[in-house]
Amino acid sequence: MNISIIDYGAGNVKSVQFALERLGYKGELTSDANEILQADKVIFPGVGEASTAMEALRLYGLDSLIPSLKQPVLGICLGMQLMCTRSEEGDTDCLDIFPTESLEFPNTLKVPHVGWNTLTHLKSPLFKQIEPMVYTYFVHSFYVPVTKYTVAQTYYGLPFSAALVKDNFYACQFHPEKSSKTGEQILKNFLAL
Amino acid sequence: MLAKRIIPCLDIKNGRTVKGTNFVQLKDAGDPVELARIYSEQGADELVFLDITATSDKRKPLISLVEKIAREINIPFTVGGGISRTEDVKDLLRAGADKVSINSAAVQRPELIGELAAKFGKQCIVLAIDANLLDGRWKVFTHGGREESRYELFEWAKEGEKLGAGEILFTAMTRDGTKDGFEPEANKRLAQMLRIPVIASGGAGKMEHFSDVFAKSGVDAALAASVFHYGEIKIKDLKLKLKQDGISVRI
Repeated sequence: MNISIIDYGAGNVKSVQFALERLGYKGELTSDANEILQADKVIFPGVGEASTAMEALRLYGLDSLIPSLKQPVLGICLGMQLMCTRSEEGDTDCLDIFPTESLEFPNTLKVPHVGWNTLTHLKSPLFKQIEPMVYTYFVHSFYVPVTKYTVAQTYYGLPFSAALVKDNFYACQFHPEKSSKTGEQILKNFLAL
Repeated sequence: MLAKRIIPCLDIKNGRTVKGTNFVQLKDAGDPVELARIYSEQGADELVFLDITATSDKRKPLISLVEKIAREINIPFTVGGGISRTEDVKDLLRAGADKVSINSAAVQRPELIGELAAKFGKQCIVLAIDANLLDGRWKVFTHGGREESRYELFEWAKEGEKLGAGEILFTAMTRDGTKDGFEPEANKRLAQMLRIPVIASGGAGKMEHFSDVFAKSGVDAALAASVFHYGEIKIKDLKLKLKQDGISVRI
């Protein structure tokens, strides 16, 4: 299986590559359009700030490529937020795959939301063999509200989207590559799509 | 519900664990990766690796160690010790570390916090603060607790938050190594006044100490070293005890 991990200079992409390695798969770090187009699966990670990341995607010409992909794509953390229409972070226009937006957590909460939190309302093949209330690892300051594309929810002061699915586009706010055995199962499920 | 985190801390020198351990299942007590794997399997929520190698020209073993840990461990980890330059952080994150912790260099040049947060995101910048209680005031110390700084704990923590730190790791020097329990008041005040998570460190001796620091001081995470290394507290037992005490933990 050809797996492309989109590398646009944002954060800790190696962790995703190592997680795939532990599952016995090889993921290629790449920003090359042809390579990404030909991959069987595409992973779109991201850590950092939304407007800077969008700028990097435009620089690599990935802003038009990603929404046009036909194979299963998995956005992770900031990757998921960039797949929405807009982010409040730096008032940024994003990739518009999921018609929703990333909002800042209310200032009554500790931000970033960092640590292990539970998943509920699971409804996607992404969560095959995953029981509700399992813990996954989160670290983020903005959240995507619950929409009709939400396939997992997490509660932190309010319920928000822990995962989204639309057509061939999958996304999770948590880090499956850092979420112990649960995360490994979720990555396996994605690779089995 | 967001779980309270249990974080074992490993001291590293030239790429090896320095503190003793008595895990029977451990083949090589000096191998940080093997120790990390055991903690991870026992249910540790994160790991902290503290490099106590004195100078930055000895960084190379650390970088290759970080890559090895990232390759084998499936939970988040932080690397700290002697970090003062943007390039250090870039190399560590690129090798696979999730966060870095900074201490003395931030006290010497507070702008470092903002520079790192802007470049790498605040979520990966942990501000470690060592403080000691002198004449009723919590004074911040640097260089492994040897040098007194101009800062007072609460003022420095607030400043760190403002500059862009993503978490505060507070070590109470009054408690460090005593096994008398975590410092109750200073931890409580930090947890109440800050809008970023607080990790309590220093004083862990019994499982009740963890219950207390979560229930009474309201911190987000607790860090300890020797009670885990010497097997006095098993992380699995600790998590069960915390759950019994009504504290939200990942089991």
